Order: sequence, then structure tokens, then C-alpha cells
Amino acid sequence: MVTKVTATLNKNYMLELVSKGMRIDGRGLKDFRKVSIEFGVAGKADGSAGVKIGSTYVMVGVKAEIGKPFPDTPNEGVLMVNAEFVPLASPSFEPGPPDENAIELARVVDRGIRKSEAIDLKKLCIIPGEKVWILWVDIYVLDHNGNLMDAASLASLAALMNTKIPEVKIEDDQVIKTENRYPLELRDYPLSITIGKLGSALLVDPSLEEEEVLDSKLTIFLSQDDKICAMQKAFPGIFTPEEILMAVDLARDKSRELRKILFDTFEKYNESRKEG
Amino acid sequence: MSEEEIVLIDEHGLRVDGRRPDQLRDIKIEVGVLANADGSAYIVQGKTKLLVAVYGPRELHPRHLALPDKALLRCRYHMAPFSVEERKSPAPSRREIELSKVIREALEPALLLHRFPRTAIDVFIEVLEADGGTRCAGVTAASVALADAGIPMKDLVAACAVGKVDGKLVIDLCDLEDKYGEVDMPVAYMPGKKHVTLLQMDGKLTREEFEEALKMAISACEKIYEFQKTALKRKFEAISLEVEEES
Repeated sequence: MVTKVTATLNKNYMLELVSKGMRIDGRGLKDFRKVSIEFGVAGKADGSAGVKIGSTYVMVGVKAEIGKPFPDTPNEGVLMVNAEFVPLASPSFEPGPPDENAIELARVVDRGIRKSEAIDLKKLCIIPGEKVWILWVDIYVLDHNGNLMDAASLASLAALMNTKIPEVKIEDDQVIKTENRYPLELRDYPLSITIGKLGSALLVDPSLEEEEVLDSKLTIFLSQDDKICAMQKAFPGIFTPEEILMAVDLARDKSRELRKILFDTFEKYNESRKEG
Repeated sequence: MSEEEIVLIDEHGLRVDGRRPDQLRDIKIEVGVLANADGSAYIVQGKTKLLVAVYGPRELHPRHLALPDKALLRCRYHMAPFSVEERKSPAPSRREIELSKVIREALEPALLLHRFPRTAIDVFIEVLEADGGTRCAGVTAASVALADAGIPMKDLVAACAVGKVDGKLVIDLCDLEDKYGEVDMPVAYMPGKKHVTLLQMDGKLTREEFEEALKMAISACEKIYEFQKTALKRKFEAISLEVEEES
């Protein structure tokens, strides 16, 4: 098990390695750990996915609920992103309401999805001002071994791709769900890439051991057309402006790779469902 | 109000409050405004007003949080219920919890926390009137208050947001521009070290626009840095005058 203490003991070794372009788990600086995506992992959810990045495991369930719109956006559905750092996932997680890390994670994923305009919230309106779809995206961290942000954003997007919303009919001002379901339409496929800074090296997909000793990290959300749609610097360290621009370029390349894995896996999943 | 009705940049290229795209709002910083705090600052940036108090280094409670090798920096960003249009519940919102975290992480790189092991340094940011840019004004004022408290620092941290409104990049967004603009990107920067300590962004920017936006934010932070230094100097000039008069 990696702890702050064991990671700190290895810090000098890790610094020496990264200065030569190597990492403690044998990866190159720009390599992701093995990424695997599973669609439809929660049968009762309207959309779901599980994502593994190395041994980090995050599950996301999407639930569509009928509710009232916000007064300032009466013609729009509502997107809600929440994250739970479940205590079984790490000795550092404790039961209780979401802490600042869980809140930050959920809010950054929310911004990435929202600002890419992947979901047309206007299409989630049922009766303007009265009834709209509320999409709950619940991020469940089940095994924490670093880079929760990218695992959570990938799993959230995968779960939304897999989301099917019930068709409704309106009878006597009552909204009634029917048996039919239609897939949630997505206009973009935003993904986050987190770049860690250790010494003067930039690392893609920091593991937990690396996160414990990183100076800082930068999460960059990229849309399918390579636009930056959200960013968040975290950890009490710094980035130089030059490093930020390098991180943006690196993130663009990696987001394309990750998106390809996502699309390929989704295609296979859809094919297997047709056959089954 | 619908989005279409709002003109954020007029035909002369001026913004809702008459500023040019690269123009900051008026900034006033006062140092040492609170009697009880070890360090404090009051900042007025346009209509945004906030107070910062620094307590510490002081004994840490609860003790088990103490760090053996450095001081624990704690930060609370909080909005007064009357600071916004509709009353805000005084309970900390998810937004305030996130901002407290990013502000703490923006200030920490500037502080020599290793000089004060096992202690706490508390930074309290109280937003009294919010008109956009509160987290940035909070960072700007907090670093002045930390200097006022005599905490050894590598540099002051200045912060400013860049945004995109009506397709144009502008600095130091007011509330209206933040709400109806396309992009909001707060940046905190240590001008003396050329280090970025806070970077957040939401909206949509191309790589080229982002590079330009970052440059604009950094140059805005450099201007704010001068206000910070002037404010600190003013306090000590006042003290030296007092001392001279007494002697």
C-alpha cells in the first residue's frame, strides 16, 4: 500500500528517474496506465459505466429524474454532478459528507461536461417552467490509486453515452413515463487529462505514489475539436507559464488517444448488445 | 433577462462599465484594518469588496492535524449573506468549499511554512459585496494580509481573471460579464518568481486564445502587484511617520 510516508521516502528516487524520462512504475512520462472501460455496469441506473486506470476504479451512474427547473432557466433541464469518495476505496477516505476533494472533483467534472455543451439542456425540458429532466451524475470512487479526476471524467462521459431516457406522455397535466426509452444525445465528448509536475518534469496520469509527492497538477478538459473547456490547477505548488502551455499540448494529444479508446470500446459494446 | 438582449461590448469596443478590454477596475487596498488579527487587508475592486484576516502562526487545534515539518495553512473563503442579489445562506456552499481549497493552494507556494512547524496559519476571507472576481480579489488581499502578519514569503501573489465576452478577451470580469460571458479564467501569479499558483478555466478556448488569455492575465497580475506593494509601503510609511513624531 502506498502512503504519504512511503511515497516521500521514494521522492528523491522518483525525481532522479523523471529527470531521465522514466517513472517508478516503469512508464514513460507521457504514458497512461492501462485504461479499461465497461458500459452498463449498474442495471438500475439510466446510464452507467466503470472505468479502470491502472488499479484506480471509478464507477458512474446516471439517473434521470423528473423535477422542477431552476427559476432562471425555466426551459432547461438540470445537470447535477456529485462525487462520493467511498471509505472502502482508500485508507485516507472517511465516512461522512463529501470533503473538499470530492467537491472539487465533482465541480470540475461538472464544468467540463457543462462548458463543452455536450448536453443540450433545452432538450431535457418537458413542460417549460414546470417539469424538466434532472440528470444526476453520481461519481463513485471505489479504488483510489491516483488520477481520480481523469477516471471520473471518462466514466461520467461513458455513462452519459450509455444513458437512455424514458419517453414521456402528458395526460391531464400529468407527466407519465412510458416503457420506451431514447438515448441521450451528446453534442461533444469532453475528456480531462491531468498532468502532474514533479521537479521540472511533466507526467501524464500520475499514480497515487506520484500524487503524494507532486508539486502541483493541472487538469485540462478538451472537447472533441481540441478546444479547452475547463481547467483546474491543484496541489500547493506552481507551474510556469511555459509549463502550462506544454501541458495543454500534451493534454490535447492524450485526449485524442483516450477518446479513441472510448469510442472503440463503445462500438464493441453496442455490437455485443446487438448480437446478444 | 435573456442572453440576446445583453450587449457586453458596445460599438466602440467598450465594456458594460465603460472599460477597455485590458483595463482593470479601480483597486483600493488597505492594510492592517482589523485590530485583533495578526494581519489584515481590505480590498475594493470595482464594486467587489472583501476583508481578509490572518491569524498565526498560532497553536493548532485540534492538535492531531499538526504537521511535524511545517505550519498548516488553513483558508476559509466565505460570502456574507447580503453580499449577493438574493440572500445567500451563511452555511458553506460547495462553491465556497472548492474556492477555499484553490485559494489555499494559490497562497501556499508563496509562504515559508517550514519556518513554523506544528503551528497553524489561518486565513479568513469574508466577501462583503460580490461583483465578480471575488476569489481573485481574495487571493490578492490575502497575500497582502499575510505579509502584514509578518509571515515570511517568497513573493506576493496577485490574482486576476481573464474572460471572453462577446467573442473578445477581457480582463477583470465584473459580475455581469462573468454571468453572461463565454469564458471565465481566474489566474494567480507571483510576478517576482514568474510562477502561476492558481489556474482555473471554464468556457471554450482554442489553444491560441488560451495562450493570449494567459498572457493578459499575467500582465494584469503584474499591475495588481504594484497596488499590493504600494498598499504595504503606505502602512509602514505611516508607522515611520508616527515614530518620528513621537521622538
